[in-house]
Amino acid sequence: MFSAFRTLLGRDLLLAMRRRSDLFTTLFFFVIVVSLFPLGIGPEMNTLRMIAPGVFWVAALLASMLALERLFAIDYEDGALEQMLLTPQPLSLLVLAKVLAHWLVTGLPLVLMAPLLGLQYDLSSEALGVMVVSLLLGTPALSLIGAIGAALTLGLRGGGVLVSLLVLPLYIPVLIFGSGAVEATASGLGGQGHLSMLGAILVLSLLFAPLAASAALRISAE
Amino acid sequence: MSVAEFFNMGGYALYVWGSFGATALLMVIEPIMLRSYRHNVLRRISRLARIKAEERV
Amino acid sequence: MSSRFINWFKFSSPATFYPLAGRMVPVFSLIAAALIAVGLYMSFFVAPTDYKQGEGYRIIFVHVPAAWMSMFIYLVMAFWAALGLVFNTRLSGMMTRALAPTGAIFAFLALWTGAFWGKPMWGTWWVWDARLTSELILLFLYLGYLALQGAIDDNRRADRAGALLVLVGVVNIPIIHYSVKWWNTLHQGASVSISSGSSMSAIMLWTMLIMALGFWAYTIAVALSRVRSIILEREADTTWVQELAEVRS
Repeated sequence: MFSAFRTLLGRDLLLAMRRRSDLFTTLFFFVIVVSLFPLGIGPEMNTLRMIAPGVFWVAALLASMLALERLFAIDYEDGALEQMLLTPQPLSLLVLAKVLAHWLVTGLPLVLMAPLLGLQYDLSSEALGVMVVSLLLGTPALSLIGAIGAALTLGLRGGGVLVSLLVLPLYIPVLIFGSGAVEATASGLGGQGHLSMLGAILVLSLLFAPLAASAALRISAE
Repeated sequence: MSVAEFFNMGGYALYVWGSFGATALLMVIEPIMLRSYRHNVLRRISRLARIKAEERV
Repeated sequence: MSSRFINWFKFSSPATFYPLAGRMVPVFSLIAAALIAVGLYMSFFVAPTDYKQGEGYRIIFVHVPAAWMSMFIYLVMAFWAALGLVFNTRLSGMMTRALAPTGAIFAFLALWTGAFWGKPMWGTWWVWDARLTSELILLFLYLGYLALQGAIDDNRRADRAGALLVLVGVVNIPIIHYSVKWWNTLHQGASVSISSGSSMSAIMLWTMLIMALGFWAYTIAVALSRVRSIILEREADTTWVQELAEVRS
């Protein structure tokens, strides 16, 4: 069972490495969106420091949503998904492997890039640390929840915009606790409570999202 | 209480009638739209049935 | 025991449900009209003027019932969705679909009347109050469901995908509501609550309840009449539809 998990994970990572441009698009999107905000708002460091958590988290939300469309689409088009539906291994495990690969390729670079971008916003090192931890806890949850939306909209016209309509409302708790953690740290309150809530959301989505996403895949690929 | 006084709603006319009016409007429009939806569906189906009957003849 | 089950499943067949719904629509329309008429009379002529908010508080008599109905309809949709996924009945998907537009309308009305309440009471059209924000997210959930339904052409897939989305939404609603509340208390916005601002008198509560019941009957009438059209549309090829009096004429 775990060998199937490992094989699929390795395959998806290998495929992603072959198409490196895909990998960078999400990251560049994140970088550009975050860098655009000061241009729209003005270079006041005090203002920037205040809006930084929200900007980073909304940008992360949009970036991870943009990447969702490709999560199952390629496998759906070349028929690999149908084979996955037929394998004896539980589908939710395979979904988990795909989501993990997807997060490693699109989510993790974004988490690593965040502290560098945080310097643009003059965040303290403490706030930067909490930002990285909150993104590390939050972005996998985003990928997991997003997988349900990606599975539901598989092969539909206008899939990309549709995914955003379905998934963004469900992202709201992650957004609230993620940016709340950074904000609380920056204002000296400590982001411990927010981070534990994010952890709880991650655990819950780890438990339920693969099940829901695999049910959605079965519905869509029928 | 005079009619004008009633419609003035103690100075809150815009807010009170804006709320009740919008609610009433939507709750009237929805059944009307449903009626036209049903009408369209019925017309489409009866045309379909007629074509089928002609084919049989 | 077994005969009861058979009865239930008999009504879940579109062919038997269609005439039954047709008989129920006028009944519920009448109930709705009567209750809303009584509710309107009470909200303008019986309920006393509020000593703090003057006549402006009368918005409560549409705002709160609309908000209640928007939440209640989502729960009913989740019920039909679960039923549809478990028993695989065709009618459940149609019921979920028939309820959604009405739910979206009530969510929108709750926001609209909330804004018209907020302007005179708080001085702004919109306040990021926990309840208003949650209601806005509920509207987004309705719109997402409707968008998904619109994008899928295959009825069976649309029903099942929609059912799954509604269930995911209903699991998430408490989490969303809780997080929005947390966010709201942290940021200390204007957290003036709408219904507990002034003490509620019994007559106000009764008026609100009667209006809510009227909206409830309206929802049933509208949803049943919509489901009748959906049934006709989907079963157009069957003989029972082709033999209906309204189709033949």
